[in-house]
Amino acid sequence: MRFEYNIEAGNFTKAGDASSSFKKILKQLNVDSQIIKRIVVSLYEGEVNIVAHANGGKVICEVDTSRVNIQLIDVGPGIPDIEKAMQAGFSTASAKVREMGFGAGMGLQNIKNNADQLFISSEVGVGTKLEIIVNLPQN
Amino acid sequence: MKLQEVALTLKARVICGQTRLERDVEAVFASDLMSDVLTIDSEKLLLLTGLVNIQTIRTSEMSDIKNIVLVRNKKASPEMIALAEENRIVLMECSYSMYKACGLLFEKGINPVY
Ligand SMILES: Nc1ncnc2c1ncn2[C@@H]1O[C@H](COP(=O)(O)OP(=O)(O)OP(=O)(O)O)[C@@H](O)[C@H]1O
Ligand SMILES: [Mg+2]
Repeated sequence: MRFEYNIEAGNFTKAGDASSSFKKILKQLNVDSQIIKRIVVSLYEGEVNIVAHANGGKVICEVDTSRVNIQLIDVGPGIPDIEKAMQAGFSTASAKVREMGFGAGMGLQNIKNNADQLFISSEVGVGTKLEIIVNLPQN
Repeated sequence: MKLQEVALTLKARVICGQTRLERDVEAVFASDLMSDVLTIDSEKLLLLTGLVNIQTIRTSEMSDIKNIVLVRNKKASPEMIALAEENRIVLMECSYSMYKACGLLFEKGINPVY
């Protein structure tokens, strides 16, 4: 199954809409609530990053019996130094983003902690792509 | 501690979830930083926050946080209340500062997250 959502840059009213929709789907699919939390927290961090740092993008969520694969693809400034961006505490968030309760430089690290796999690629001046994989238990 | 007692302790006004005050709270986390809240993994958590916007509720939705107290006399917007209701979140408003609200709950013996 494949679900696609568009993410608007700068729109904090809508930030989280994609995560919220996908969470409802995962619940309907009877995915374990602990695993749902890991998936949607990762997705939400990525979604807020697109709203906060990029010029818009999209999210593609794919679910099969063994795993959930999420791609967050944005058009934007890109990340010049991914290793640095991954460090807890590093943030270039604007005052507006901080006012919304974000911008502590913890998001990417939190995605890494919640996901089974995280791949980040980015080109400065073009955009950023995150791929988040969470395995589903087999029974 | 039951939410009912939390409300009494903080002299809080229940904005949404009036019928769910029998719910038990085992730990409190206090933060105005949603980045921080998203790293917490605790059951039966109560969030105390002075950050009052739609992302406060969104963050709680994603983190499975079902109980929120807004401190410093901040008021929830209609959008926040609607989203809280949709997620069966109990939302309260309290006029105390964060420090006072935390102190009162700590005194009653509710655990911190860490
Ligand atoms: N999609 C993106 N496009 C451009 N830059 C990004 C993107 N995502 C992250 N970054 C850069 O990486 C930094 C660290 O991101 P991270 O999510 O860890 O923290 P944050 O978003 O600044 O704050 P927090 O996530 O704690 O609210 C950001 O401040 C920004 O400079
Ligand atoms: Mg972030």
